[in-house]
Amino acid sequence: MSDMYITKGKLPGVIERLMGRYRVFAPVKKGRYHQFARLTGAAEADLAFRNTRLSPKGLLHPQAERMFEYSLAKDDPERGIVKESPKDYSPGVILGIRPCDAKAFQLDDANFDTQTVKDTWWVRRREALTLVGLACNTPCSTCFCTSVGSGPFETAGLDALLVDTGEGYVAKALTEKGKKAVDASDGWDPAPADSRGKIDAATKAAAQSIGPSFDPETLARQDMLELYNSPLWEEVQFSCINCGTCTFVCPTCWCFDIQDEVNGDQGDRMRLWDSCMFPLFTLHGSGHNPRAVKTQRVRQRFMHKLKYYQDKYHCGAACVGCGRCVQACPVNIDIRQVGRLMASPSCVCPA
Amino acid sequence: MNNPYLPYPVRIDSVITETEDRNLKTFKFVFLNPEDEAKFAYTPGQFAILSVAGQGEIPIGIATSPTEKGFIKFTVNKVGKVTSFMHNMREGDVMGVRGPMGNWYPWETLQGKNLVIVGGGFAFTTLRSSIVYMLDPANRSRFGNIDVVYGARHPGLLLYKDELAAWERRDDINMHITVDGTTDPNWKYNVGFVPAVTKQKAPSAENSYAIICGPPIMIKFTLPVLTELGFPPERIISSLEMRMKCGIGICGRCNIGTEYVCKDGPVFTLEQLSKLPSEY
Repeated sequence: MSDMYITKGKLPGVIERLMGRYRVFAPVKKGRYHQFARLTGAAEADLAFRNTRLSPKGLLHPQAERMFEYSLAKDDPERGIVKESPKDYSPGVILGIRPCDAKAFQLDDANFDTQTVKDTWWVRRREALTLVGLACNTPCSTCFCTSVGSGPFETAGLDALLVDTGEGYVAKALTEKGKKAVDASDGWDPAPADSRGKIDAATKAAAQSIGPSFDPETLARQDMLELYNSPLWEEVQFSCINCGTCTFVCPTCWCFDIQDEVNGDQGDRMRLWDSCMFPLFTLHGSGHNPRAVKTQRVRQRFMHKLKYYQDKYHCGAACVGCGRCVQACPVNIDIRQVGRLMASPSCVCPA
Repeated sequence: MNNPYLPYPVRIDSVITETEDRNLKTFKFVFLNPEDEAKFAYTPGQFAILSVAGQGEIPIGIATSPTEKGFIKFTVNKVGKVTSFMHNMREGDVMGVRGPMGNWYPWETLQGKNLVIVGGGFAFTTLRSSIVYMLDPANRSRFGNIDVVYGARHPGLLLYKDELAAWERRDDINMHITVDGTTDPNWKYNVGFVPAVTKQKAPSAENSYAIICGPPIMIKFTLPVLTELGFPPERIISSLEMRMKCGIGICGRCNIGTEYVCKDGPVFTLEQLSKLPSEY
């Protein structure tokens, strides 16, 4: 399919028509930040953003979600029997997702959608959602997608890509799903002749604006136990306050807890985001805790992202370089720096 | 697509208090929907997630053997919220089971081999499953000698006492039951810690595999004994415990390095564990 084009003034109309066929999720400005939200009107979408504060992972894996429900009423013959809570799997579009976040969904698939086990909710939402990305013309100073197998104009993991060319948006459908979404939104014109040249120049400029960070392949080749036992973790953990912010903003942190919540004689089984930064995460009923100490938890987070995941699934590091953890960390721990330290584990001086 | 988080509903068929301190009870479950029993096809060494609506879920080793039909059993130690609630549940109450979860003892590899089973305290549940499985007339000839060292702090804390006595009377399994100490003048079995009794009984490592489950302190002192007897690390098998939620390798908390105890374990050889971080 050839590139399509709309002027920026036509965007609300395009979104309007898309909303006729799909549930549409897009960046919406809330206070100082943007976040993905289900649109109730086309005007709510704001594509003039750097990146959202939280990744869009919550659209596939909500921060708190009802898994099951049940009755505990004494006279209910179904008492104590756990039943599926209804979910909306109707077609949806995530509009304006950054290429890094789309890549993150692919990395998360390795966890939720395996040969042997499939997380029903993740898989069905993945099927229902079409990802219409927005390329990054001006990456943040914290971005490092190009070091970890993605890029500001990367198309892998997307169904369609929009590029902001100044006066308008150029759309390229990348999959059947993406073509359907572009068709459904209607009102597109063929892209002007000079748009390809503009996009190529923007792609180059964006990639060049991103500084070097670390090389995940170096980490893949290293010995797991040597890295695990390295003194570098003492250095890295020193300033960490175990707040867990990095895990909440991260698009590839998927860990969750399961909790029952009861209200009167009705109950819900909830799935809630959890974090390896918290001591309760691994605390046994006996009181024993394999990761009782902060160093162990900090090590777990970085080792999981940059080493264990690579060794287990052989599809790169579980990091897309979105830089959210770098921006959000209250004590300035920088995963790029940690990656560099890990690449030379015998040296704990700043790389 | 089957939802792996949705428990099969089960009815509590019986509850047996196993130990004098009343901290261990064995729950016998019958599936509410008979077709679920076939879906729950399991192998000794696996575990399941028990689900109590309104309380939560817990991972527990399956104590029955697949050779026992029509029911499944779990021996539950009273520790936290869900287990304490379960200890007050009664015959006829409805709860749920998800699974089976995890890997199992390597029965294909164990064919034609002698087995030394070392257990301590309440970690005897999947070992009970294994023993019942091997002693089944259809299976017994597939294995060589079976030696079992099973210890508890005192006689009142031994699980499955009737079965232990029945196995003692058989000539196709060598039972070495022991207690740390007892005031019972009629105690007719061993007195001594599991590592010492294992050393004293000295089962041969020739063509043998050892399966060891128990409290960390017992494992710590028994491993050198097994090594001394000639068991190499790849022929010492253990089963690990971890805090778990999903039980299917997704929720992220039970990993040891690259391995999820719930999905890649809980059964590991000592050799496999030696290549992983000692974070368990």
